[in-house]
Amino acid sequence: MKLISSIVTLSLIYATPIIITALGGLYSERSGIVNIALEGIMVVGAFVAATFTPLNEAVFGNWTPWIAILLGALAGGLYSLIHAFVSIDLRADQVISGTALNMLSLGITVYFCQIFFNQQRTKTFNRGFVKTNVPLLSDIPIIGDLFFKRMYYTFYVALALVIITAFILKRTRFGLRLRASGEHPSAVDSVGVSVRKMRYIGVLISGLLAGLSGGIMVLTQATQFTAGSIHGIGFISLAALIFGRWNAYGVLGASIFFGFSQIFTIFSKDIPLLASVPAEIFKAVPYVLTIIAMLIFSRKNVGPKASGELYDVSKR
Amino acid sequence: MDNYVVEMRNITKVFPGIIANDDVTLQLKKGEIHALLGENGAGKSTLMSVLFGFYQPEKGEIYVRGEKVDIKSPNIAHELGIGMVHQHFQLIDNFTVVENIILGDEPGGFLVDYDKARKEVIALSTQYGLGVDPDAKIEDISVGMQQRVEILKVLYRKADIIILDEPTAVLTPQEIEELVEIMKNFAAEGKSVILITHKLKEILAAADRVSVLRQGKYIGTVNVADTTEAEMASMMVGREVNFKVDKKPANPGEKVLEIKDLWVKDQRGLDALQGLSLYLREGEILGIAGVDGNGQQELVEAITGLVPIEKGEILLQGQSIVNERIKSRINKGIAYVPEDRQKRALIMDFRLDENIILKSYEKEPLSKGHILNQEEINKKGNSIIEEYDVRSSEGIDTIVRNMSGGNQQKAIIGREMDLKPLVMVASQPSRGLDVGAIEYVHKRLVELRDQGKAVLLVSFELDEIMNVSDRINVIYQGKITGNVIPEKTTVQELGLMMSGSKEVDLA
Repeated sequence: MKLISSIVTLSLIYATPIIITALGGLYSERSGIVNIALEGIMVVGAFVAATFTPLNEAVFGNWTPWIAILLGALAGGLYSLIHAFVSIDLRADQVISGTALNMLSLGITVYFCQIFFNQQRTKTFNRGFVKTNVPLLSDIPIIGDLFFKRMYYTFYVALALVIITAFILKRTRFGLRLRASGEHPSAVDSVGVSVRKMRYIGVLISGLLAGLSGGIMVLTQATQFTAGSIHGIGFISLAALIFGRWNAYGVLGASIFFGFSQIFTIFSKDIPLLASVPAEIFKAVPYVLTIIAMLIFSRKNVGPKASGELYDVSKR
Repeated sequence: MDNYVVEMRNITKVFPGIIANDDVTLQLKKGEIHALLGENGAGKSTLMSVLFGFYQPEKGEIYVRGEKVDIKSPNIAHELGIGMVHQHFQLIDNFTVVENIILGDEPGGFLVDYDKARKEVIALSTQYGLGVDPDAKIEDISVGMQQRVEILKVLYRKADIIILDEPTAVLTPQEIEELVEIMKNFAAEGKSVILITHKLKEILAAADRVSVLRQGKYIGTVNVADTTEAEMASMMVGREVNFKVDKKPANPGEKVLEIKDLWVKDQRGLDALQGLSLYLREGEILGIAGVDGNGQQELVEAITGLVPIEKGEILLQGQSIVNERIKSRINKGIAYVPEDRQKRALIMDFRLDENIILKSYEKEPLSKGHILNQEEINKKGNSIIEEYDVRSSEGIDTIVRNMSGGNQQKAIIGREMDLKPLVMVASQPSRGLDVGAIEYVHKRLVELRDQGKAVLLVSFELDEIMNVSDRINVIYQGKITGNVIPEKTTVQELGLMMSGSKEVDLA
């Protein structure tokens, strides 16, 4: 039971950044812009959060990580605006723009690490997020063990974001217009709603969420920011978005699956049968599973129809 | 002047290199159905785009209900009560009818009040007898119903000036009759309708007055009651038009193409052809009538080899060709004039002569081994240009993109006829062409048939099917539901077969 509960808890912890980033991708793609820069945006968010934390933990105490991830989100939002500008206003290829942002993110963060800390990584911090037993709820038998003991509060943030996102898309005026922009932009335009505005908002939200997620990831899974802090989680989030069929609850399920795939490495040592297998194999598991999931699910294309396509008002 | 609900005075709209509207005036009375007639490229859509706020005119004034207005965007047009039913529907496939209608004008605040929206849609649909299911998804309803959703979008926005852009192109004859009734209801209620069209029969059936445009210029406005089809046609084209295609009776010979129980899936994986069978004889033109999306494209592409088939047989002179590659089908005598000439038939940025030899470049003397013989290619290009009257600014050196649609089509027809085919598959060969070019295309198809070749003509224009074909097969939901002779049927009967409510086999 102990093993199962820690497997579940760890899966959820590792799923947290995937959930949030994939939700970010959902806003962007639903508006019609493919955002493969999620990885790079996470890197920027992680860097900002991990830079703020060691420099300010003496001042803000236990609030430090929360402020840090909000700053990470803001940085991610700002960084994503480059993608919005290049792909919406300059009409560049969205994949190329995203790739450029991914490459830039590593260069720029390591460069600033060198300036701030005289090394290629940030200073280690003491006050990342702390695993907590949720009061009252953790006392519930079984459920408390699985979901509320030794957890980061950030998981509940991710859960709340899933519910909010599903509600926004389904019930609100903004959600209807956002979805429409990703499906049939000229229809949106013909009823007097600005596609450009919807797409800017979609990309901006994706940047805010991916930045938030990068901050959470570094403050829950590491003690400092390095060039390898995000290690492809942004891309796995994109896979989770497709796997989850561009739907908030689907994203939740897919992200937990990918979160689970990451913890093999940790548990392989405890299970005798798996201990003899080289650890590198387990490290590859999430990526291999991602490829397999893509192979299976990419055939049934149910994504937003106009995602990735330029919308040129003058060609209507 | 107060009688006019919309008055567009002396509108001039210039695009680089072309004057789309040259001093055009349009006066719309309250409660009338006003047809706007003109050929493709005559400037109808541009004029309506000016009224709808998509374009700003260089010169001219617009008055709505007697007041001068400056329509800078579609939003202003909406506020003035002007609504447009676009030719290409602006509907989102996986949204419901209600979602599509309210988009951009949602009731409620931050949260959409879907209950209220649904009630309003039902009320409007009932009031005008549109019979639309508010909860259906667009992808699940017929094209005719989709058009009614577009109309509901306009009504929901309280428009009383309604522009319908080529609304009948996608409808069966029965659906067209219903649409005419709907338009007349609008007019009776005091709404004003502008009907953009190039079909004369519809104007006679529906409109009160008609304004004609030709090459961007305003030709005149007449009362429909005082005019005839011939008069409108000559206003539109600028000369007398011969509606009938000149042709001798057909003299069909052996079956040259035979299709048996053909099943083909469409891009979504659904059965587009469901056991279709037909035959085509030497020396006849077989017209395929039907509403767009009933399997015409899949039929054409199965014959030419562009899509794989699930099962069934395609026999060319008794021999199966289902396993033949596209190139070998071409060499065995299947010529093809595709519906989308710019995508499927031409390489737009290649020279004219290069496009002309696209299907024959591997044959001597155009090439030897892997080496092209430029001199022979030029010669071939010139001979096709001359024989088929292809006009272009620089002869064989012209980049095809810079040629008019009519001349592009002449070049394609020249190329395909030069292959000396057994079977010519012509899919909407007159789409987007002006009257002169359409006459030319029809003449060439008849000529081919007189040489004893077989022609398969797919068209959504029933007039074209009736005038050009020697025999008509009607396609409905991937099957042939009718096999008739044009002289022994009517448009109404074809319409019933096109909607699956009647099956006839006379041959």
